[in-house]
Amino acid sequence: MFGLNKKDSTLLLIVAGLVLLAPFLLNPFPEGSAMAQFNAGYPDLMQRFVIFGIFAIGFNILFGLTGYLSFGHAAFLGVGSYAAMWMFKLFGMNVLPALALSILMSGLFAVVIGYVSLRRSGIYFSILTLAFAMMSYALAYSVLAADMDGPDQQGLLQKGLTGGETGLQLTLDDPRILGQQTAGDGNLPVPSLFGLEMRSASELNVGDWVFTFSAGYYFSAIVMLLSFYLSIRIFRSPFGLVLRSIKSNQQRLSYTGMNPKPYMLAAFVISGMYAGLAGGLMAAMDPLAGPERMFWTASGEVVLMTILGGVGTLIGPVLGAGAIKYMENILSKINSDILHSWFAFLPDGLEDFVVTLIYPFIGKGWHLTLGIIFMLVVIFLPGGLVEGGQRIARAMRRKKQTASDDDTKAKQPAE
Amino acid sequence: MEAIILQILNGLDKGSAYALIALGLTLIFGTLGVVNFAHGALFMIGAFCAVTLSRILSLSHTVVDETQKDFLGNPLQVEVPYVYNIFGQATGEAIIDWAVPLAILFTIPIMIGVGWIMERGLIKHFYKRPHADQILVTFGLAIVLQEVIKYFYGANPIPTPAPEAFIGSFDFGAMIGFEAGQIIYPYWRIVYFMFAAVIIGAVFAFLQFTTFGMVVRAGMADRETVGLLGINIDRRFTIMFGIAAAVAGLAGVMYTPINSPNYHMGMDFLVLSFVVVVVGGMGSLPGAVLAGFLLGILESFASMPEVTSIIPGINQVIIYLVAIIILLTRPRGLMGRKGVMED
Repeated sequence: MFGLNKKDSTLLLIVAGLVLLAPFLLNPFPEGSAMAQFNAGYPDLMQRFVIFGIFAIGFNILFGLTGYLSFGHAAFLGVGSYAAMWMFKLFGMNVLPALALSILMSGLFAVVIGYVSLRRSGIYFSILTLAFAMMSYALAYSVLAADMDGPDQQGLLQKGLTGGETGLQLTLDDPRILGQQTAGDGNLPVPSLFGLEMRSASELNVGDWVFTFSAGYYFSAIVMLLSFYLSIRIFRSPFGLVLRSIKSNQQRLSYTGMNPKPYMLAAFVISGMYAGLAGGLMAAMDPLAGPERMFWTASGEVVLMTILGGVGTLIGPVLGAGAIKYMENILSKINSDILHSWFAFLPDGLEDFVVTLIYPFIGKGWHLTLGIIFMLVVIFLPGGLVEGGQRIARAMRRKKQTASDDDTKAKQPAE
Repeated sequence: MEAIILQILNGLDKGSAYALIALGLTLIFGTLGVVNFAHGALFMIGAFCAVTLSRILSLSHTVVDETQKDFLGNPLQVEVPYVYNIFGQATGEAIIDWAVPLAILFTIPIMIGVGWIMERGLIKHFYKRPHADQILVTFGLAIVLQEVIKYFYGANPIPTPAPEAFIGSFDFGAMIGFEAGQIIYPYWRIVYFMFAAVIIGAVFAFLQFTTFGMVVRAGMADRETVGLLGINIDRRFTIMFGIAAAVAGLAGVMYTPINSPNYHMGMDFLVLSFVVVVVGGMGSLPGAVLAGFLLGILESFASMPEVTSIIPGINQVIIYLVAIIILLTRPRGLMGRKGVMED
């Protein structure tokens, strides 16, 4: 299917099914029940799942295939967001041209940064990308936020290219030459796809369950499925094979007469464009772009996602992004009252003890849980969640096999 | 001229912190070959050792003071630190006042212990794994340490003052023969710089003039041969890790009066310290120190109003810019050795 072999088609179909049915699957608990806080099926969070999924898929094309660890990928995310915002401000609220510009701009950025950074490898490459990202952050935060129209002018650039600390926002007097300046009711217009507003959503009530279907989520989900398909094609292509050989032995690759540099740069640019796409989508879902998207912790986050899910695997980064965003939004909401209500069945003293034991790991402390899980994964499961799943599957299969072996042995008649 | 001297002085204290952290990073890298992303967290733990000591010293109990009355006419209740009971009021006050410098004594064993546990418990299992894995696991460790500190001390910066004697500024310009009032410099910053110089000197002297240091240097040059000579080089490298941790911790202790410690201060410094190490040259101790001071001073020059009016925001990007230029023109950094981390 679509030029994929059977295994990959199945994977793509499974992912497509999961992503398209996510509003049901992520809402397993009825509204109002005690478990409802574990529901992740609301549009805002689901959008984040798929958008960070795109970001991580792109990062994995660089890190997973070539082994070059970039610590500055958030720069492209930020560039994508700013580019999309400018498209919204100047031309109109359609998301497609905005995404096109995000991809283009982040691609251009990636060409420049990649060309320079890829001259070094290993830790030096990580530091160079980190330095570039922090430079972009500092520029977006202060330099590019300077008034470029001159003082006392209320022009388009009065808060500079990036809007500084507050970020870039839509205003009512943006030109938007191809769309309307204001929505019908005099408010700010909303990003839309040929009239389909990104924030529009419909609800479906089944018994106690409420399922929300948001246009924004489905749009992002389809974009993510396309990027996922593209990443499978890249993984299976001769180009992907060259990238893998760079990871395993760059020197030997050079001896065969191939120059790895252009391939590296291509991988870097592709992965930068994925990040830009993710940034553009973020702006399309919530028209705002701030410099903190470029800060190095944001770059660190995508590294965490990719490693947690499984570096170098197709599905790993998506899983990792989902897991981290789920923890960030759900784990952080649990407070000590909720914990007390969970452990209410225990005797009082024991209940307090258990709650104080668990409390540091939830709520505001979710980063601690994340850090511990991440360390455990790096130490014991270098292949991430995917390797964990494979190991469990293998262990199950082995058990079944030995069981069936015993059966066949028993059934074989003794001669 | 005054402006230039002032900027150099301003750069010294930040440069000292960079140099101390970078020195520790390079020690770990040069001996164990590990890229330690948790080094910033060690700096932070050091700072919180100072906070902890000053809190311990200020532990107090309530005493009813019969001689004073509060506004209702009842005898006034005063909080008396336990230190007063042990050492008497005057000495007690002095001890609390000098909590930050006293924390140095308290921090060294703690940091060596923390470093030793880190190396034996975690990092030794990562020698054979790729550098990317080392970066990742120490990055994870840094997050964990940072969150543990946040859990116990909260997310807000905790002001920890310097001893009374060092609060305030002095006129450095007048001392070296310039017009008075031109170069005003806070006492504590000069203390910090001198402290850093002493620590750096001590580390170099230790490596240069003791047998232990000689063996360590030999191990840095050729670990295998030293091992073949029947020397337990791993044990010495573990001790070096502890010393590097202590250096980072001490840098943190003395930095608390300059910047109130908070849980993410380590990460903020770490990113810059890595840049410093790379600029100085991976594995070169003098390079790390030199680059630390150089970049600190450069940063303070770039933040002069005269410079920022020409190129706005240059103070924010100068370090990274310099790092990029140096990495591209002198791939081994300023004083890097041949064959270190060249893959």
